[in-house]
Amino acid sequence: MKLGVTTQAWRNLQAKPLQTALSLALLAFGVGMVSLMLLTEKQVNDAFERNIKDIDLVLGAKGSPLQLILANVYHIDAPTGNISLEAAQKVVKHPYIASGIPLAYGDNHEGYRIVGTDMGYVEHYGAELADGVWWDETFDVTLGAKVAEATGLALGDTFFSAHGLTDQTDIHTNRTFTVVGVMEPSGTVVDQLILTSIQSIWDVHAHDGEEVDPSTREITAMLLKKRNPLAVLTIPNTLRDTNMQVALPAIEVNRMTQQFGLGTAALRSIAMLIMALSFASIFISVLDNIRARRHELALMRTMGGTPRTLYTLLLVEGGLLSAGGTLLGLVLSRVAMVVLSSFVEQQFHYSLSAMMPLPGELALATAAIAVGLVASAFPAGRTLRLDISKTLCEA
Amino acid sequence: MVSIEGVKFQYDAAGPVLSFPDFSCAQGDRMLLLGNSGAGKTTLLHLLCGLLTPTSGALTVGSKSLHTSTDRELDRWRGTEVGVIFQQSHFVQSLTVRENLALPHQLTTGRVPTDLESKMDDMLDRLGIGHRAGARPHELSVGEQQRASIARALLHKPKVVFADEPTSALDDESAAAVMDILDREAADATLVVVTHDQRLKDRYASCVTLNPQRP
Repeated sequence: MKLGVTTQAWRNLQAKPLQTALSLALLAFGVGMVSLMLLTEKQVNDAFERNIKDIDLVLGAKGSPLQLILANVYHIDAPTGNISLEAAQKVVKHPYIASGIPLAYGDNHEGYRIVGTDMGYVEHYGAELADGVWWDETFDVTLGAKVAEATGLALGDTFFSAHGLTDQTDIHTNRTFTVVGVMEPSGTVVDQLILTSIQSIWDVHAHDGEEVDPSTREITAMLLKKRNPLAVLTIPNTLRDTNMQVALPAIEVNRMTQQFGLGTAALRSIAMLIMALSFASIFISVLDNIRARRHELALMRTMGGTPRTLYTLLLVEGGLLSAGGTLLGLVLSRVAMVVLSSFVEQQFHYSLSAMMPLPGELALATAAIAVGLVASAFPAGRTLRLDISKTLCEA
Repeated sequence: MVSIEGVKFQYDAAGPVLSFPDFSCAQGDRMLLLGNSGAGKTTLLHLLCGLLTPTSGALTVGSKSLHTSTDRELDRWRGTEVGVIFQQSHFVQSLTVRENLALPHQLTTGRVPTDLESKMDDMLDRLGIGHRAGARPHELSVGEQQRASIARALLHKPKVVFADEPTSALDDESAAAVMDILDREAADATLVVVTHDQRLKDRYASCVTLNPQRP
């Protein structure tokens, strides 16, 4: 028969299911909210960091700089417009600029963007082929790993593109794209893109027999890598009289996370408040235990139990509540993460997966359990001063 | 053995001083402490269990001089050498009858001996509540609770058993049955019964009458 202090504490908690459930639920909810925020912050920051990857400047049409970054680096927003290829190439030739990667897009297949670019884009993200070859001819495409998995397209398959970035109604049936390659998963934005040549993008939008003046060719954006840090100050001045702008991904992302930060700070405050309530609940639970079970505790003293035994028993009850609530909270945050992930995947084709505990979560769990123990320790101290004789006479 | 000499007790400095008659009882004997309400029966019982410390005088129970023992020594002594049957049956409500019976062993030694369960089953069977071993205390009738309380007090073979008003709420037949059980199961122990029940006054040769305490 196992009747150790943990078994006794567990039985006592089981004997008051509602009170126990309330304490557990409050703590689980508070810990779960903080944990979910830590997980999403980490996931979002990682995704932003991975995809910025040495892109110093993004050249694109004038408009919101943040939109320019979101559209051309992360592919989760609409582009600000088109710019002249010729003008963009002049910027790339600026002595302060080391290199540029052109991007041209405006079509999709089943919600996945078809992006015209060159091999510089692939090399930049370190993407590798899983099957087939890189695009070469016009209308050849190489699929990101997630696109291949989601659409079921394989080598040799053909498809039409649809105008717009998500819309499936305006389909270009005059041109057929052919899958010539599939990439390995890279954990970057490339996974969710269909890559092709810029010529394919131009041709799919050209009218049959139309002669296009090369000087009027347009692209959506140019990803720039600087040679000289002064490029950040100089390049914007050179674009003053054009329809172009450059945006700095690092600054725009930082500004955006600061704006998010205000919201998450508010949520974190609410979570902390809930956690404080849960600790108060544990405190009251232990206090109520002592009041309701004072005869039992006095009885245990007559059967050989020491004040320390009773103190430990109540401390373990508080510890079980705080450890159980914390564990439940961490599980809850994972469940919420799965739900959130499916939403983000559906909306933005980004995957959020975080099952491993973060260092911040370990600190959170340790703090929650420690505070739970302290919340029990104070009321449990009453057992040290329990007047056994008087308590037994009250019965 | 149980022996008290010149014992006085005061709950607080402003309160009355309670005095108790000297008496002694040899190992294995039975003794009745008889007194009406206000005679200090419960106070004396708590003094004999080491739950209260006398203001003056000497108390010896078994091998233990209670007035010179530390709290820690008394805690352990109560768990190993003493069995107490309270007037009202107290149990840990979240544990089963069986677990309640094993609790003194757990509290004293930190474990439950493997052979305890068979001893427990034998005792519960002898007391006629073997079939209630897995029940929660609140599921038992008052009579069953009292017998479970006796079983718990005697299971660890204490040297001294104190019973506080064991028959107060029982009819003649039930009272006689409970006392028979106590005599039988505590055959090797010193048994001290504290009661106001006049039906018990002739049961034992050794009887000390406690007089009402006057302020």
